Amino acid sequence: MSGPSNYQPTSSFGKWMHERLPVYALLKDTVLDFPTPKNLNYFWTFGGILTLMLVAQILTGIILVMHYTPHVDMAFESKEHIIRNVNGGWMIQKFHEVGASMFFIAVYIHMFRGMYYGSYKAPREVLWMIGVIIYLIMMATAFMGYVLPWGQMSFWGAKVITNLFSAIPFVGESITTWLWGGYSVDNPTLSRFFSLHYLMPFMLAGVVGLHIWALHVPGNNNPTGVSVKSGQDTIPFHPYYTAKDGFVIAVFMLFFCFWVFYRPDYLGHAINYEQANPLVTPAHIVPEWYYLPFYAILRAIPDKLGGVIAMFGSILILFVLPWLDTSRVRSGNYRPIFKGFFIVFAIVCVALGYLGSKPAEGAYVVWSRILTAYYFIHFLVILPVLGLVENPKALPASIADAVLSKNKNKQYALQPAE
Amino acid sequence: MSTADHVDASKRDFLYIATGAVGAVGAAMTVWPLINQMNPDASVKALATVEIDLAAVAEGQEIKVFWRGNPVIIRNRTAKEIEAAKAVKIDELKDSDARSQVSKEGGAATDENRTVKDHENFLVMMGVCTHLGCVPIGGEGEFALVEGSVKTGGWYCPCHGSHYDTAGRIRKGPAPENLPVPPYAFISDTKIRIG
Repeated sequence: MSGPSNYQPTSSFGKWMHERLPVYALLKDTVLDFPTPKNLNYFWTFGGILTLMLVAQILTGIILVMHYTPHVDMAFESKEHIIRNVNGGWMIQKFHEVGASMFFIAVYIHMFRGMYYGSYKAPREVLWMIGVIIYLIMMATAFMGYVLPWGQMSFWGAKVITNLFSAIPFVGESITTWLWGGYSVDNPTLSRFFSLHYLMPFMLAGVVGLHIWALHVPGNNNPTGVSVKSGQDTIPFHPYYTAKDGFVIAVFMLFFCFWVFYRPDYLGHAINYEQANPLVTPAHIVPEWYYLPFYAILRAIPDKLGGVIAMFGSILILFVLPWLDTSRVRSGNYRPIFKGFFIVFAIVCVALGYLGSKPAEGAYVVWSRILTAYYFIHFLVILPVLGLVENPKALPASIADAVLSKNKNKQYALQPAE
Repeated sequence: MSTADHVDASKRDFLYIATGAVGAVGAAMTVWPLINQMNPDASVKALATVEIDLAAVAEGQEIKVFWRGNPVIIRNRTAKEIEAAKAVKIDELKDSDARSQVSKEGGAATDENRTVKDHENFLVMMGVCTHLGCVPIGGEGEFALVEGSVKTGGWYCPCHGSHYDTAGRIRKGPAPENLPVPPYAFISDTKIRIG
């Protein structure tokens, strides 16, 4: 699908340009005419939403930097200055802050889509692994961005998370001192986080380019998981999927605007409207919602180093997911037992998120431990074994076949009315 | 062909390895200052000592001072708190190391080793939980003494639930070590210098 272009320019300017920089041919082959499976459902629209979110975050971010001051004495007030004094600042700042949450909602749906439909399986392993790298860069970017308003939760979140590295034997202390540029989170930490928070979205844009490149070699997976076999299975990306993506993006923007305009602070923490105070830790510190499952895993392990290893392990295990799942059937639609386990796994992830928001005591700790164990069992035991013992349903001969038989059933259902 | 006959393969290998080695050393020497600039700078290091007058800290009172960007807890302990700290046997402790820079290194975590002789009512230690760096709250936790309706001595970290006793030693929770005692000395009867 990334073979030589068969684009033939018609106009004389088109010919002149094509011989010098064939940019229109690239656009036509990779976007407009790109053959895409005809049966993609709405879960396939989140890649487009994520690209838009990245662009939106970069745009609002560049504007915020025009008014923000990365210094411990001025950062907190400059954020308030943006909200109160800058023209439209109240809106632009909230689009950026709430945008981070929207970005993560979209990426989680995108990841669970990939897990359910087996989009990580051959020949898309590299595509999946690049996706995990994108997710890691996203987490680092969002974490550093959260420090910049210099509220109480910004400061103590930064302190707790950077202290995770102190669990590394022998060199841990030196690493945290190096990260901080001092003996605690302070002005040097704030200014370097600011610098890196500005850099990382552009790294992200580069890696997203690789992600899309890696997608365009094998082409899209689809809800049946059956590979594209002929031109009958596909339709051109434009106008079919530009229209579908465009529609969903509009709906997603409504959802986004609801939070920005009606619940601008709901996803954050009230205590972050209090300026950072290195002498007082808030009574209950929690990370942003999108980190909560991993925070629950960190606290579930009673040992400092063990907790840190489990937390990073729970993300890094995604890199080897293509090899842990032994089933050759991609789509969960044709794997009856996997389907059940997938739903349980999704519930476990949400439940871990709930536990991460609760204090680490009593029954919360016990449940965190059980669910942390289950999280790893899902990847290390259930997925490898299931692929060997499960009896999948019969796969359709092709995507076109699956689409046609679905429509045929609809016709049969209508028949009694005739 | 005739030149190829004269090629000495081992000479070529040597040149490749030598070039690669010099290149690697050069790259490391170039990268190091770019990494090292992130370590604490001269102005941060210059703030490494503070002097505090303890005359105003009455028995049972506790103050927090700022040293190298971190809070230091200074508590003028009551006789009961000192007594409670001394009554603890070393093998009951989760961390038996004194973690003290005022006694000799590797000493046992006795109350004596965590304070300065003749000033043992003053407990001076970092207010930084050894788990993930939060500030423990004084007069809280399971190892604080209960006097009527008031809790005294003992510290509790609200972040992940670590309990410290009246000598600042870890007794329960995820923190691995006792709260460290920073290097300090009495420069007069009531004044200390930390750092």
